Amino acid sequence: MSAGRLPLLKAAWVVARRDFTAILFSRAFIFFLLGPLFPVVVGVIAGGIGQRVESAAGAPQVAVAMEGRDLDRMLMAQARLAGHLGFGVPELVEVERLAPGERFDARALLESREGNYGGVLTGTPADPVLTATVERQWWAGPIAVIAAAADDPAAAAYPRVRTETVAASGASEARARMRTAQAGQVILFLLTMLLAGMVLSNLVEEKANKIIEILAAAIPMDALFLGKLFAMLAVSLVGIAVWTAAIGGVMGMPGIESLFGGALSLGDLPAPGVGWPLFLALGVAYFAMAYLLLGSVFLAIGSLANTVREVQTLSMPVTMLQVFLFLFATLAVADRGGWMEWTAIAFPFSSPFAMLARAAQDESAWPHAVALAWQAGWVLLSIRLGAALFRTRVMKSGPQGARRRRPWQRAAAAVAQGPRRA
Amino acid sequence: MGRGLGEAAVADNLGSGPTPGLAIEARGLVKRFDGTLAVDGVDLAVPEGAIYGVLGPNGAGKTTTLRMLLGIIDPDAGQRFVLGHARPQDIARQVGYLPEERGLYPSMKACDAIAFMGALRGLPLAVGRRRARELLEANGLPPDRQIRQLSKGMAQQVQLLGTLVHEPRLVILDEPFSGLDAINQGKLERLIRSLAEQGTTVIFSTHVIAHAERLCYSVAIIAGGKVPYAGSVDAARDRIPAQVRLETRNPDGPWRAALPTTARHEGAFWYFPLPESGIEPLLRALIEGDAGILSLSIERAGLHDAFVAIAGEAAAKALETGEGQG
Repeated sequence: MSAGRLPLLKAAWVVARRDFTAILFSRAFIFFLLGPLFPVVVGVIAGGIGQRVESAAGAPQVAVAMEGRDLDRMLMAQARLAGHLGFGVPELVEVERLAPGERFDARALLESREGNYGGVLTGTPADPVLTATVERQWWAGPIAVIAAAADDPAAAAYPRVRTETVAASGASEARARMRTAQAGQVILFLLTMLLAGMVLSNLVEEKANKIIEILAAAIPMDALFLGKLFAMLAVSLVGIAVWTAAIGGVMGMPGIESLFGGALSLGDLPAPGVGWPLFLALGVAYFAMAYLLLGSVFLAIGSLANTVREVQTLSMPVTMLQVFLFLFATLAVADRGGWMEWTAIAFPFSSPFAMLARAAQDESAWPHAVALAWQAGWVLLSIRLGAALFRTRVMKSGPQGARRRRPWQRAAAAVAQGPRRA
Repeated sequence: MGRGLGEAAVADNLGSGPTPGLAIEARGLVKRFDGTLAVDGVDLAVPEGAIYGVLGPNGAGKTTTLRMLLGIIDPDAGQRFVLGHARPQDIARQVGYLPEERGLYPSMKACDAIAFMGALRGLPLAVGRRRARELLEANGLPPDRQIRQLSKGMAQQVQLLGTLVHEPRLVILDEPFSGLDAINQGKLERLIRSLAEQGTTVIFSTHVIAHAERLCYSVAIIAGGKVPYAGSVDAARDRIPAQVRLETRNPDGPWRAALPTTARHEGAFWYFPLPESGIEPLLRALIEGDAGILSLSIERAGLHDAFVAIAGEAAAKALETGEGQG
């Protein structure tokens, strides 16, 4: 058996195992898991209220401009069907009774943004025309039912509703995937910001408990950094797994989707370039990299703090740095293939965000292997630099006053007293 | 206790490999912090199996020296050999270290804390837990109680056991007696002696001379970052001539001529350094001069006197008051 220090990874494992179990079996971990529940509860309540407000007062309506008789038949049919079908039938609102042969400018009404109109219905019950945004084209179905009922209450066939789109949805594939890219970045950023910040205070316990010297004497400082980072990453992944399972469970409950108005449905997002399975796997990998990169910097900064108060003081600029990196990566999404995207990819701290966006937009898988290797290299480098900084700044002895002296103070002391000794 | 290796060997070997038989060897260690000289050319030679004391006031450079020997910090200049290795990291699993500032994770159970400290030194966790229970039970400490539930003295004992759980060949203790009550100090002294009897080398720093005087064969006196003396306790004491205390029936007479001119009279006693010629010529002169000897004793200088003579009054005062030096 070797008599030397434990190898780096083994020493890191000893530290990580202790930290992981200490956190996992502490009461604080319960609060950690419950932490995101608060914004979720607030979101659900706000969403529920919003949903009620929207359904009560703000539900989009269909403006109807037809000849008088046709219009009355349509309104009566809608009222009759609404009694049977409820919210599935859009509300029709009379905007103009047309004289025979008179034409109505539906586009002008929608573009004027008057009223709460999601579409305009013109034509006749036998030949209805729906003018609406692409998101409201689905009204064609219910309107066909209303029109059929208006034309002939005993109708068994439905007229074909011609549709006209007023504004392009921009639903080209690239633009659709951009939504997925942005959603991925937002989730990655929120998780990183929520979780990586925890490592800021991670070495304060060791310093406060004076155990740092025992650790420094026994194992390499790099191992201490590595172990702490991976322990916190593991804790974070446990937290994410629990939250994901909880969200999945909640979303599986009957009626819950309508509470969110479908806002949390993954199926609403366009499929990413690399496909969902690889995209989700890359999401986990890039989260780990973003966490380790930011965490190693935070750990190094936090290790120089002696108290929780100092950590709190440091957390503000650190949070601002995170926001800046996120905004940079977000801007880079819009500059696909441009210098901004390449800079975001090359800069290690924004690279995970930029590459996750690329995974949503581009089909190629191999660039992600290169990017992960590049980011892993930076993780190792930042851990080494952080450990070196910690070692030189913290592991000192001698009188405190001597350590705090500035160069000019030392020069003055040297002139006045000659060399001091501790 | 290991004996007989001359500290002078250190200076002769500068630049060469480790000296056989020495557990610790330091040659001209220098350390600066932000330009401030903390340790200035420290030489040490600790024989294997010895109990070795590093004596000095706070801020003298003891902890910095020990940290350099442990590899926590690197010296700016000089050489160090720990159990024959130039890099202390290469022998870390055979070294136990108790820092001056005690530290344990408060939420850990006592046995887990000890096992964790063993794991840091390469001891498998299961073995560490088993040994921890044995050690704790042997010392009357509760294995399953959390550190935060223990008294300060008990927590210190737990940390000491954690230092020893991996059965190191070399144990380095930084101010191990500080914060302990008299009973636990005695217990620790017994433990240190038993470690040395088993062949473990123990080096400890202290600013309490009595501990070093009771436990150590050799000491290093460190003051102002330098080591003005490193060697046996006896040799340090021998630097100051023994004092003769004499009480006579006759206050005056021809016998007075036998006393040195530096002799001083306090109360019923005369005090003077033992003449270089020894006690026998003095005794003869006193008897022949009709002194009427009532009592005569030779008092050997203590380590404290030696410390004062070697390190100076200021360092001795700092040592006594526990204040920092320099």
